[in-house]
Amino acid sequence: MIDPPEPDDRPKPRTVTSEPVVDFPDPAEAVARSVALVPTTQRPERLDLEPNESEIRRGDVDPYGRSEHMREIARRIYDPMYRYWFRAEWEGLEHIPTDGGALLVANHAGAIPADAPAIMHGIETELHRPVYGLAENLFRAIPFVGTIWSRLGGVPAHPDNAYRLLKDDRQLVLVFPEGTKGTGKTYQDRYKLHRFGRAGFIEIAMRSGVPVVPIAVIGNEEAMPILFKSRRLAALTGLPYFPVTANMLAFGPLGAAIYFPSKFRIRVLPPVHFDVRPDQERYPRAQVMDQSDRIRDAIQDALYDMLRTRRSVWFG
Amino acid sequence: MRILVTGLGTFWGSHLAQHLEQLPEVEMIVGLDTQEPRLPLERTEFVKADSNYSILDRIVRATQVDTILHTHLIVDSTELPGRALHEINVIGTMNLLAAAGTAGSPVRKVIVKSSALAYGANYKDPYFFRESMSRSGPPRTRVERSLLEAAAFVRDFAIDNPHVTVTKLRFTNVLGDDVTTPFSKALRLPVAPEILGFDPRLQFTHETDVTGAMVFATRQNVPGAFNIAGDGAIPWSEVCAIVGRRRIALPPILTQWAAEPLRMARILDLPPEVLSLLRYGRAVDNSLFKRTGFRYHYSTAGTVDAFARSLRLEGAVGTNAPSYRYERDVETFFRHSPAVVRDQS
Repeated sequence: MIDPPEPDDRPKPRTVTSEPVVDFPDPAEAVARSVALVPTTQRPERLDLEPNESEIRRGDVDPYGRSEHMREIARRIYDPMYRYWFRAEWEGLEHIPTDGGALLVANHAGAIPADAPAIMHGIETELHRPVYGLAENLFRAIPFVGTIWSRLGGVPAHPDNAYRLLKDDRQLVLVFPEGTKGTGKTYQDRYKLHRFGRAGFIEIAMRSGVPVVPIAVIGNEEAMPILFKSRRLAALTGLPYFPVTANMLAFGPLGAAIYFPSKFRIRVLPPVHFDVRPDQERYPRAQVMDQSDRIRDAIQDALYDMLRTRRSVWFG
Repeated sequence: MRILVTGLGTFWGSHLAQHLEQLPEVEMIVGLDTQEPRLPLERTEFVKADSNYSILDRIVRATQVDTILHTHLIVDSTELPGRALHEINVIGTMNLLAAAGTAGSPVRKVIVKSSALAYGANYKDPYFFRESMSRSGPPRTRVERSLLEAAAFVRDFAIDNPHVTVTKLRFTNVLGDDVTTPFSKALRLPVAPEILGFDPRLQFTHETDVTGAMVFATRQNVPGAFNIAGDGAIPWSEVCAIVGRRRIALPPILTQWAAEPLRMARILDLPPEVLSLLRYGRAVDNSLFKRTGFRYHYSTAGTVDAFARSLRLEGAVGTNAPSYRYERDVETFFRHSPAVVRDQS
C-alpha cells in the first residue's frame, strides 16, 4: 500500500567477456559513479525478491510448538513400548473422524500417565493425523520438560488454544477432563472416574462446533498405580501430588520410570454431536453439565464393560 | 488531514512523518519532541516541546490538528531510567489526551503506537493473545505498568470522546534494517542469549509493516485496539538459526543475576520483560487488523530473514545508516524563506 509497484531495475547479470578489464572510463560514467558513491540519506527501496516461507524456515515447529520431525523420532522410540510392552489394542477406531476437528475425551490415570502417549501414538500411526494433547500449563514453566513436551504435541489447556486447534486448524485434540485428579487417584479407586472438572471441554466443543469422541482405556490403571500419596512432600515440591507407586516398591528409584507391562485396550465410542450454534458467548449451564455427565457415564459404562470381559491384567 | 506526531525525534516518529509527507491528503504535519528529528523531513514542522506536552493545547488550537499520532510510548526499558519512562508514557499520554479532549477540540482521530508488551509473558498465557484478552498475571516491570496505565487513559479518552476515532495498535517485537530493539541488539552479537531448557515461541513485525500499519490506520477509520504481528510464531532457536547465530545459555534459575554481568559490561541489557519473553515467549492473534483490510509485507519468519539479510549486507559494507543532523536555521530557511522557490513543477 505504501510501496507502489516498482519498475524492474535490478542490476542485470554481468556477462563475462574476454575483453581487457582495465580501460579508461567514459567521463560521463565516471561522474555518474562518483555521484552514486556519495552517501544518500534516503535509503533505496529493497530490490531483492522476498523468499517464500518454506525457504526461510530452518525447522518444522508449528505455531503450537509441535514438530512433526520430533514426533517421528518419538514415535520410533516409543513404538516397541506400545507394541510389545503394553500391546495396545484398539476397537472402534472408525469413530475418529479422518478429517476436520474433533475433541477426544478419555479417562486418565497413573502417577506418570501412560494413556496420553499411547492414544496419541495409536491415532497418529493408524490414521496419520496429528493429535494435540491438552495438559496442565505448569509443564511450560519447567526447563527442558516444557520444551520437549511442546514439541511432541503438548499444548497448555487454555480454552482459546483448544478452540483455535479445533475450529481454525481442524485438528484432533485430546483432553483428559479429570486432570490431575485422575492421575492422582490411588489404586483402590481404579477405573472410577473422577468428576469432569467444570465441563469446560463441552463448552469448547460446542463453541468450536466439533463433536466429542469419548475414549475408554483399560490397562493403564495397573501400569503405574499409586499406593499412597505424601501431602507434605507435595507441598514441599510444589507438585499437584507426590505419589508412592507400586513400581517404586518393586524397582526402587527406577520405578519412577518403569511401567508394569499391563495389557492396554482402548475403545473409541461413537462421536457425540451437539445440536447448538457454534461461537456463542456462553451456553446454558444445565445443558453443558448434562452433556458432560452423559459423556462421563458413557466412558464409565465402557470401562466396566471392558473390565467384565478382561481375564487378566497382563494378557487381556 | 492535519496531523500531529508525538515523538518526532524518535525512530518511529521520524519514519512515520517521512511516510506521511508523501500522502497528498496530508495538508500539514507538526511534530513534537524534546529531541530533534532523525531524518530529513520535507515539510514537517518540528516544535521542540517538553515531554509533558504543556504547550500542546495551544498547538492543537493554533494548527487545527484533526489527527494525532501518538508514537511517543517507550517500550524498550533499556533506553531510559524508570522515572523518565513513567513521565513520558504515563504523564505524557495523560496530558496529550487531556489537550486533545478539551471542549471544541478539532481532533477527530487518535492513533496510539503501543506494544504487545502489555500482555506480559507468563506460563499461564494462551498461545495467541486476542485483543479482548487480558494478561495472566499482574505487571511486574515498570515499562509494562506504564503501558497499562497509558492504555487506561486511552480507554477513558475513547469513552469520553465518542466522536473521536481512537485506534490502539499493539506491536510485537520489531526487527528491521534500521531500528534498534532489545532483540535486534541480541541478534547482532556473535552469540545470542537463551535460557537453558527454554525455547519460546516468538513473533516479529518488520519495521516497514509498523509504519505501514500506522499509515493505514491514519488513512482508514479503524476504531479499537489491534494486535500487529507478522504471521506465524517460531521458536527462538530457529530465529537464531535463520540469522546464523549460535546460542549461549543463561541458567533457568536466578537468570536476572546471571544477566547482570552482561549489562554491567555493556554487552547486552536484558531487562526482566525480555527475559520472561525468552522464557515463555508470546504470540498474538493478528487476524483482527487483517480483517480491516491491512496486508502485511512480511511474516514472522520473513521479518527475521529480512533482518538476517540486512545484517549480512552490513557485515559486507559496514553500517550504512543514513547520517543526518537537524539544523534549525537551515530547515526554517527551506520551509519559510521567501527566497526559496516552492512549487517547481
